[in-house]
Amino acid sequence: MSTFLQVENINVYYGAIHAIQGVSFDVNEGEIVTLIGANGAGKSTVLKTVSGLLRPKIGKISFAGEDITLTPPHKIVEKGLAHVPEGRRIFQQMTVEENLEMGAYTQPQSGVAADLEMVYEQFPRLKERRRQIAGTLSGGEQQMLAMGRALMSHPKLLMLDEPSMGLAPILVEQIFEIIRTLHKNGTTILLVEQNAQMALSVADRAYVLETGEITLSGTGEELAKSDEIRKAYLGG
Amino acid sequence: MTFLNYLINGISLGSVYAIIALGYTMVYGIAKMLNFAHGDVIMIGAYVSFIITSKMGLPAIVSVLAAVVVCTVLGIFIERLAYKPLRNATSLAVLITAIGVSYFLQNSALLIWGSDPKSFNSIVHFDSIKLFDGQLVITSEAIVTVLACIVIMIALTIFTGHTKLGKAMRAVSEDKGAAQLMGINVNSTISMTFAIGSALAAIAGVLLCSAYPTLLPTTGSMPGIKAFTAAVFGGIGSIPGAMIGGILLGVIEVFASAYISDKLSNAIVFGVLIIVLLVKPTGLLGKKINEKV
Repeated sequence: MSTFLQVENINVYYGAIHAIQGVSFDVNEGEIVTLIGANGAGKSTVLKTVSGLLRPKIGKISFAGEDITLTPPHKIVEKGLAHVPEGRRIFQQMTVEENLEMGAYTQPQSGVAADLEMVYEQFPRLKERRRQIAGTLSGGEQQMLAMGRALMSHPKLLMLDEPSMGLAPILVEQIFEIIRTLHKNGTTILLVEQNAQMALSVADRAYVLETGEITLSGTGEELAKSDEIRKAYLGG
Repeated sequence: MTFLNYLINGISLGSVYAIIALGYTMVYGIAKMLNFAHGDVIMIGAYVSFIITSKMGLPAIVSVLAAVVVCTVLGIFIERLAYKPLRNATSLAVLITAIGVSYFLQNSALLIWGSDPKSFNSIVHFDSIKLFDGQLVITSEAIVTVLACIVIMIALTIFTGHTKLGKAMRAVSEDKGAAQLMGINVNSTISMTFAIGSALAAIAGVLLCSAYPTLLPTTGSMPGIKAFTAAVFGGIGSIPGAMIGGILLGVIEVFASAYISDKLSNAIVFGVLIIVLLVKPTGLLGKKINEKV
């Protein structure tokens, strides 16, 4: 196993606010790594910085051995790093299929039809609704669309930001089942979650982020057992 | 029969507004800015066409192509030099810059071509159609203008609905951040939108001056503002909205000046805009603005 994504001492500011204060972590090829923490701890900010939407003031990010700290976001996607953002951010006024086509923007046109079939196989609901305007989908369907859209770019590393947010428990189960399947099929995953219990149950390794700093790390199992984590994030 | 004549004039004028309004609405949709210099790009296009036909004696079609090329390049330059550095600035800063660019273009035209009005030669050279013993006249300019408007509408519909770049443009207009995460280069998409809008402005300039042949450095400003009104009227950001808004505005303007008062026609046009916005703030086909949760 080699280090796939390496984040070294990144510092990110929103204006004068020092949102991320020297965060370092890494993701190895084939792993599921999760970043847990309370609302406002900076989890989404970390993902946005990795995908290039935000720039760190200090620090370095490398992906597959290449420095991507200053690479623009649309080039980072081409390198095989896909980001399913918080709140899904699907294109509400476009159809389901158009959303998926946008996911394949960096891919050669010749492979798109086959990739659509691949995604539809994984998410049969999306196939039923392929001609529907995406904004009319339910929350769970929108999450599936956001994940399917990211898969269209053949990501080597998939970053998921709060995939369970706002979903009914049964749908949360379903989404995590999909995450396990993707992992089994060889996709490396960096998962940000508030639902720490679910996240730790699938993760190989985990990091705890508190107000812009990493305070704990370990294997998913270790952290699930840790008293501190149980008190703070697992409700006892 | 005079009613029909007015209607045809209105649709023809409205088609010009519609073509200009498309530029406003597409740029607004994607860059969320009002490019108040858009009207002056029309004027530049008209001057380029004028120079090529009247001064150099080349055929009209060459002048139209030259105007399109010059305006496209100009549009890309304006975006890169004036607006791109302000991508993260407040909308007020961008608005003031756009007004500045507008004055810059007008005064550059004044410097290059002088303040005396030029008499523009129509680019259309076939006879008007006369029906009902000459009671109903459809000018050749009106025919070409309306046809151009229809062709542009169809082309844009195909482009935005069925091509990869067109869909990417819609994606950027909806959510820039998410579009970037798809691998779409937002800067070049914005640049392309300015290019398309400015090319349309060149066509509009040539058509406008073919119908109303007095060419001045300020020729573009009033049609520019009217087309902006048309874009808001139809629902800014919406391509069919710009089309419908433009044509309705042209028809209202011609009817108002024919049946109510020539002097008040502009006041009536803007009065209608105010009423529409009071009743439906997003314009006729405006999209409902979704609150982000």
